[in-house]
Amino acid sequence: MKKSNFQSFVKKEFLHIFRDVRTMMLVLLIPVVLMVLFGFAISTEIHNLNVAVVVPNKSESIRQAVNRLACNPYFTLVDEVANTDIDPVLRSGKADAVVVFDEDYDRILAQRNAGINTPPAMQFIIDASNTNVAQSGAAYLQQVLAENHTPQQLLNLHLLYNPQMKSAYNFVPGIMGFIFILICAMMASVSIVREKEMGTMEVLLVSPVRPFKIIMAKMIPYFMISCVNLMTILLIAHHLLHVPMSGGWWGIIVVSLIYLILSLTLGLLISTIATSQAVALLVSAMLLLLPMMMLSGMVFPLENLPTVLSPLPNIIPARWYIQAIRKLMIMGLPLSAVWREVLIMIAMIIVLLVVALKRFKDKLE
Amino acid sequence: MPAISVNNISKSFGKVKALDCVSLQVSKGELFGLIGPDGAGKTTLFRLLTTLLHPDEGTAQVDGHDIVKDYLAIRQCVGYMPGRFSLYPDLTVEENLNFFAALFGVSVEASYDLVAPIYRQIEPFKERRAGKLSGGMKQKLALSCALIHRPNILFLDEPTTGVDAVSRCEFWDMLSELRQKGITIMVSTPYMDEAARCDRIALCNEGRILSIDSPTDITRGFDAPLYAVKARNMFELLQRARTVQGVLRCYPFGEYHHIVTDATFNTDNFQSSLNALEDLQIQAVSPTIEDMFIKLMER
Amino acid sequence: MNDVVISVTELTKCFGDFTAVDHISFDVKRGEIFGFLGANGAGKTTAMRMLCGLSFPTSGSGSVAGFDIMTEGEKIKCHIGYMSQKFSLYNDLTVWENIRFFAGIYGLSKSETKERAQRILEQLHFTSERNTLVGALPLGWKQKLSFAVATIHNPGIVFLDEPTGGVDPITRRQFWEMIYEAAHAGTTIFVTTHYMDEAEYCSRVSIMVDGKVCALDTPSQLKRAFAATSMDEVFRQLARGAKRGE
Repeated sequence: MKKSNFQSFVKKEFLHIFRDVRTMMLVLLIPVVLMVLFGFAISTEIHNLNVAVVVPNKSESIRQAVNRLACNPYFTLVDEVANTDIDPVLRSGKADAVVVFDEDYDRILAQRNAGINTPPAMQFIIDASNTNVAQSGAAYLQQVLAENHTPQQLLNLHLLYNPQMKSAYNFVPGIMGFIFILICAMMASVSIVREKEMGTMEVLLVSPVRPFKIIMAKMIPYFMISCVNLMTILLIAHHLLHVPMSGGWWGIIVVSLIYLILSLTLGLLISTIATSQAVALLVSAMLLLLPMMMLSGMVFPLENLPTVLSPLPNIIPARWYIQAIRKLMIMGLPLSAVWREVLIMIAMIIVLLVVALKRFKDKLE
Repeated sequence: MPAISVNNISKSFGKVKALDCVSLQVSKGELFGLIGPDGAGKTTLFRLLTTLLHPDEGTAQVDGHDIVKDYLAIRQCVGYMPGRFSLYPDLTVEENLNFFAALFGVSVEASYDLVAPIYRQIEPFKERRAGKLSGGMKQKLALSCALIHRPNILFLDEPTTGVDAVSRCEFWDMLSELRQKGITIMVSTPYMDEAARCDRIALCNEGRILSIDSPTDITRGFDAPLYAVKARNMFELLQRARTVQGVLRCYPFGEYHHIVTDATFNTDNFQSSLNALEDLQIQAVSPTIEDMFIKLMER
Repeated sequence: MNDVVISVTELTKCFGDFTAVDHISFDVKRGEIFGFLGANGAGKTTAMRMLCGLSFPTSGSGSVAGFDIMTEGEKIKCHIGYMSQKFSLYNDLTVWENIRFFAGIYGLSKSETKERAQRILEQLHFTSERNTLVGALPLGWKQKLSFAVATIHNPGIVFLDEPTGGVDPITRRQFWEMIYEAAHAGTTIFVTTHYMDEAEYCSRVSIMVDGKVCALDTPSQLKRAFAATSMDEVFRQLARGAKRGE
């Protein structure tokens, strides 16, 4: 097949993609939507936690503590309630947390400042029906209210790389891992399988074109679209979400391109297994997306896995990619720091490609 | 050297024997028809000859090339139109044609003279998406695409199934024209009435070939006397005719019922025993390919 | 008047500015085998869908089995049987499970189901295949079984959409004998086909071209009117003039 013919093959694939306006829009918009969604709307940070306080006396130090709560952007002071109203105010949902100051608040603080062991000076009662909110809320409250009053702090907490604990930093690598699997693996495999389903694959196979060319021509458009997406994501991440990209752009791009190729290879493998578009979608979703969400460290920390399952994430491509991107993007390490992840991904590409090409036959059985 | 030569080919899918020791020869320039219902093995035979499947047993040559060893050579010189609609519905007529030309590394202009008689009919719609074409026009486009690289041999798997009678007739006219240009054509169809348009036909059923010959000669094997009968109440006639002496089989056939008889049959006796039926008519007829097919199937 | 089971007046269906079915009118009598012919895209399927209560006409009126197609679509569905080439039976269920399922759809009681299933199996000489997966049956058998299943609730009218496509000549004839028999017993048959010899089996035939019914009569009258020797010729004369495709 001459080069010009290969180009017309690629052109045809682009036409398929552009003709399907809905899919096209979806492909280009999904990254933007996900980025904005995770970057702004969905975050594990807590804003405007409604707090009520129980104040037994209006001593100066209590007034100061309540003031600190009221001024903090993370909390909204809703009410001052009586001891007996704690339950109703939580039940009615007016408050997410109640801070109860001890009657001897001043005395306990004074003793504490003097280094005497004391009972707690206040109590937090928190609505834990949403465990995430409860946990973070408790931690925030503790930080805000304990400030300045525990000079003999037991530990010195120092948060590296993401001192404000911005959740966007955590999600951007995850979203990248997710989107490229979606577009490269899922969509490319569906597009190959569609030809099988339509019967056009029969005609393609009964032509002098070698299967390898057919596949390459199918992969190129998805690769290029993914490159566009990559740029969109990086630009949004940097300019809108202020992700530092401290390791430099080139490292991120190189690692991402390797991951793109890996995703395409996965898609190719799926297309050799699936016989219908529905099966291709199902296989992609069950074997790629679901394990990726669970085991790549994108949503749930890998450290929480039971030991039996702990080797499992190692076979998830996204896990290595996300790990590498975190190092480059947020920790600001140079490309040389992720050589292990890169090597693993390249090894995966080789293995998958060999298996896929072995399975992809120019026959129908 | 024949254009297609099939020798004792068998192919099974699991327990189902799709082809059972099939042999046939197609000469160069012949319009050869595979006639048979679904499940006869027509599609399997096409896929074997277009090198999409390997045979379990037997050998076959297409244009002198072995279907297993030289499959790449075969893919250069055959055109194939699978049973299903095999174009890209989201591409326009013109884009489809250009793509298939590029697939074989030829330009549309170089083969235009060959496809022109067919393609010209759909050229006014060349900007239209292939998915929006009518059944007849889709066929014409598919045929143009299968012809664009000037194949020596054309394989057409049930091109007329589900197409109305008029479009079917037009399609066969196009095939006759291509045959004039020296292209060998192998075509399959479930419609018996299309068999007459072929040079030679193979009647096939359940993986076996029942008979191969020219359409006129194939009915020579029908040795029993055949009559067409008709009456006002056709259903009653069908049931009662089967009870008459000398009637071997009676089956509906268009506006008549056909009765196959043996030597003891006598038309006068038939008429007198069924004289209760109104407007009874009987006449001797010569057998058609469908009569022959039924006879061969029941053997 | 009770003898007219399908009656259609000026029935029209438009999709946007495209008139798929263009003011068609006809009556079908009880026990008739009514052949509904037309070129690809002439509007047969659209018309049939309206008669089965699956889609609403844009204008015009009609009744099927005594029920209005505009307002009583659900009642129509209880009184008709429907069989198409594409969907007939579940391949991954056995013969008996298919029968039981369709009997259930039409609300047959347990004893009725049992009795009808027995009757079907005997009629088709299928008793030994009772527990065979339908997917393993030859195509011809499937078609016969799906006709039997389509009539399991003894509907007054059966709609058959290309019931014999790709079926071998013997099974095709056995199938038509089942149709004859059902018609003989008083069931009205409404059938589409691409086999022109099958058009001859019908009591009356209508031929649609470009959304209009342009011929409707008995096969012999039609042949006389068009000076043709077969229905094939009649059909070709009419369909040649067709302007539009699918």
